[in-house]
Amino acid sequence: MAANATGDPVSRRPGVARTVLSADDITRIVSRIAHQILEKTTGGAGVVLLGIPTRGVPLAHRLARRVHAVEGVDLPVGSLDPTMYRDDLRLRGVRPLEVTEIPDGGVDGQVVILVDDVLFSGRTVRAALDALAAYGRPRAVQLAVLVDRGHRELPIRADYVGKNMPTSRRESVAVRLREVDGADGVLILPPAPDPAAAGEPAARDRA
Amino acid sequence: MSTAGAGARAGKAWVLRRVRPLGGDPVDVLLADGVIASWRPGGSTGPDSEGLPPGTTILDTDGLILLPGLVDLHTHLREPGREDAETVGSGTRAAALGGFTTVFAMANTNPVADTAGVVEQVYRLGVDAGHCDVRPVGAVTVGLAGQRLAELGAMAGSAAGVRVFSDDGHCVSDALLMRRALEYVKAFDGVVAQHAEEPRLTENAQMNEGVVAARLGLSGWPAVAEEAIIARDALLAGHVDSRLHICHVSTAGSVEIIRWAKAKGWRVTAEVTPHHLLLTEDLVSSYDPVYKVNPPLRTADDVAALRAGLADGTIDCVATDHAPHAAEDKETEWAAARPGMLGLQTALSVVMETMVVGGRLDWAGVADRMALAPARIGGLPSPAVDAGGSVAVGAPATVTLLDPSPWQVVDPGALASRSRNTPYAGRSLPGAVRATFLRGRPTVLDGMIV
Amino acid sequence: MRRHLLTTEELSRDDALLVLDTAERMARVAEASVRKLPTLRGRTVVNLFFEDSTRTRTSFEVAAKRLSADVINFSARGSSVSKGESLKDTAQTLEAMGADAVVCRHSASGAPHRLASWVRGSVVNAGDGTHEHPTQALLDAFTMRRRLGRIEGLRVTIVGDVLHSRVARSNIWLLATLGASVTVVAPPTLLPLGVSAWPVEVSYDLDAVLPKSDVVMMLRVQRERMSAAYFPTEREYSRRYGLDVDRAAILPEHALVMHPGPMVRGMEIASQVADSARSTVVEQVANGVSVRMAVLYLLLGGSGEVS
Repeated sequence: MAANATGDPVSRRPGVARTVLSADDITRIVSRIAHQILEKTTGGAGVVLLGIPTRGVPLAHRLARRVHAVEGVDLPVGSLDPTMYRDDLRLRGVRPLEVTEIPDGGVDGQVVILVDDVLFSGRTVRAALDALAAYGRPRAVQLAVLVDRGHRELPIRADYVGKNMPTSRRESVAVRLREVDGADGVLILPPAPDPAAAGEPAARDRA
Repeated sequence: MSTAGAGARAGKAWVLRRVRPLGGDPVDVLLADGVIASWRPGGSTGPDSEGLPPGTTILDTDGLILLPGLVDLHTHLREPGREDAETVGSGTRAAALGGFTTVFAMANTNPVADTAGVVEQVYRLGVDAGHCDVRPVGAVTVGLAGQRLAELGAMAGSAAGVRVFSDDGHCVSDALLMRRALEYVKAFDGVVAQHAEEPRLTENAQMNEGVVAARLGLSGWPAVAEEAIIARDALLAGHVDSRLHICHVSTAGSVEIIRWAKAKGWRVTAEVTPHHLLLTEDLVSSYDPVYKVNPPLRTADDVAALRAGLADGTIDCVATDHAPHAAEDKETEWAAARPGMLGLQTALSVVMETMVVGGRLDWAGVADRMALAPARIGGLPSPAVDAGGSVAVGAPATVTLLDPSPWQVVDPGALASRSRNTPYAGRSLPGAVRATFLRGRPTVLDGMIV
Repeated sequence: MRRHLLTTEELSRDDALLVLDTAERMARVAEASVRKLPTLRGRTVVNLFFEDSTRTRTSFEVAAKRLSADVINFSARGSSVSKGESLKDTAQTLEAMGADAVVCRHSASGAPHRLASWVRGSVVNAGDGTHEHPTQALLDAFTMRRRLGRIEGLRVTIVGDVLHSRVARSNIWLLATLGASVTVVAPPTLLPLGVSAWPVEVSYDLDAVLPKSDVVMMLRVQRERMSAAYFPTEREYSRRYGLDVDRAAILPEHALVMHPGPMVRGMEIASQVADSARSTVVEQVANGVSVRMAVLYLLLGGSGEVS
């Protein structure tokens, strides 16, 4: 499911990919969001971080580490795969399932912060909200994303945004993380000449 | 044995111009008054040639191979009883289009052909249809039940003149009953054609026992079930000095046993089907019952042994075991389907592909295995073209003209049979029958029923 | 995945692992407080059972319902099927019902293959004659992997009526694909003649094989085999091929005892063994649901195009 497992999409397409966030930028953003979480949740009380696979999961872990470094608090971290709750399953071939790992304390009465790499149409987050409901009833649900690229199709907004990044619909945003891709960075890829050949959209374009 | 329908056209004369008897040098052959009237050097006959009866039609048969009319010792015409699957009319049309001039109609009809009445009925239906001669096979036992001998003598003495007796579809498995049948038919020079299948060893059998059956979870029909009966019956035939014919030999072991029996000097003959010469059990992997047949398709080694046995004469002849089945008996799960395949219209092509193309048989060999030998076994008069390839002047003009050059894709819907269960659908096979003559009368011209 | 699941013989290693991994995710869903997923909402799964099997049918039914598929149980008994309606007619009826998947159990080997050529939807073989039972093998492999952590390199011994067992066939192909080494133990009468071509070792000596087994899988032996002379008496069968307490004791400590069920206690397996801690009989049932959810998801969860 890794976006770049089958080759670097950048090298496969004409035009130039623009790096919009460097590794250092990402580090600074994670740090800032960690602070914002602490501030908004008064020290992280009752917070559970749930990453949305694939790249939301390492981001959630980074946030937890950063929170620990700042405040000495250990936030429970887990993952939540929304695939089976998606409303667009029939639009393409079957998607492999990812791991759902709810921390031992569960989510009932907690403040769950969903963490994802890119916020686009909002459909993934909608599916994640449904998936979350199967595991309990949080006191509140918040959303943290590294990049908000606009083009929402549902009334969903993020509570913590790393960077607002205006894009055209035909462009795609590729988030690279060390844990998954070997290096950090965010790129904007020019429109694919043939949408069918655009490669794995999971990380680039996930709705 | 002139037929009712023959009168109208028997008087007409035909010249087969530049036809090649058994693939030899071209000759012009005159068919008149139902016999081979004369032959001349190839291409020498024109409309003004001397000695042609008025109204003679000259056919351009340049390059076509002249064969004696083919004889099938083993056909299921399904009438009476399953006229939805085949009738004497539809089955004999298929036969004529396949180059056959005589078919032996198996006895497993409903009612069973175990009395003089039923065999005469089938015989008359054949005469009325007029596409080829129909020689009914009589059942060995009443109702094919394997219990009591049927009235073999009455059938032999009937208008149908039965000489071949078989419980085909069932094995005459009782050794004593088989011995009695072998002995009894000597009185009228009959022959018992055995469907060799030891019944206990083949209970619920679905396909050849072996690697493929193990994989597919289909219960096995072991080669030994055929071979054991052939060995037993060969010993019995030797013991009582009777004629024995083995239907649809399908295994390498059977070929060996028959070779051994013949070496003993016993009067054992055998047939092989076209499908056992070409197809193997691997086709069953599709679970498509069009490949379900009894005896079942076997291994590539068996196919090789059968071809070798037919080539060296251990197996005397090819017989189609043409077995039409209605769609509902084939469009089912494997176990529920009835066994059997169409064969009449594709037999010569399959023999060509399996025996002629690879050089195992020449055209004289094909004439022997598909006409002369089965005629001999079935007690028919001598055919028009002998094994040496000479055209016998004065013999009945019962011949088949084959164009060896085209390859044609088998289209089940285009076959003359009422059924569609050909295992060759979509397969390209060589050769095309252009014309068939029955005692001087064309039953097929230009590849179409006359 | 292909469009149908008819055999494990044709299942690639990648697809087999995809099923097992997906089943692992499905098993996690069972831990959620709401166990129903909306994934296959609007899809119709028909359970077409020509043979009674409450266990397998229920397992598929629970799996389909957890994924929110509509389930139609179409059993041969009491329907037109038992009145001589052909498999083909039934297939046309299912087409008219708009079945997205047909789960087929049939007493004739190959019946699901035929069905697959007559319907547009996916066909899942839920056991055909003496041919295959692929979801059973997948759940067995799933159970082994969960208990022992791997399949590659496992030594699996399959004991009993291999000749008539669809479970044995499916397990043999799947385990070979996944890198286990399989030994079959049975009286020679209950092994197919073509077993030599299978990726298995053959033994007639259970005591010799058990100490070298990580998993021993006992197959059901039907009593009617006795009357057909496959073996002389129940007692003799049990003595030579039954898994009694003494035999279970010579298994390695970690070894599992599996049985696809229903068991003939006392004949092929002693009650104490069937109920022991090494027995997986009960968890095989739960794992069956996870594996069947995975299969239904992988066949119906996308657009139908190969991804």
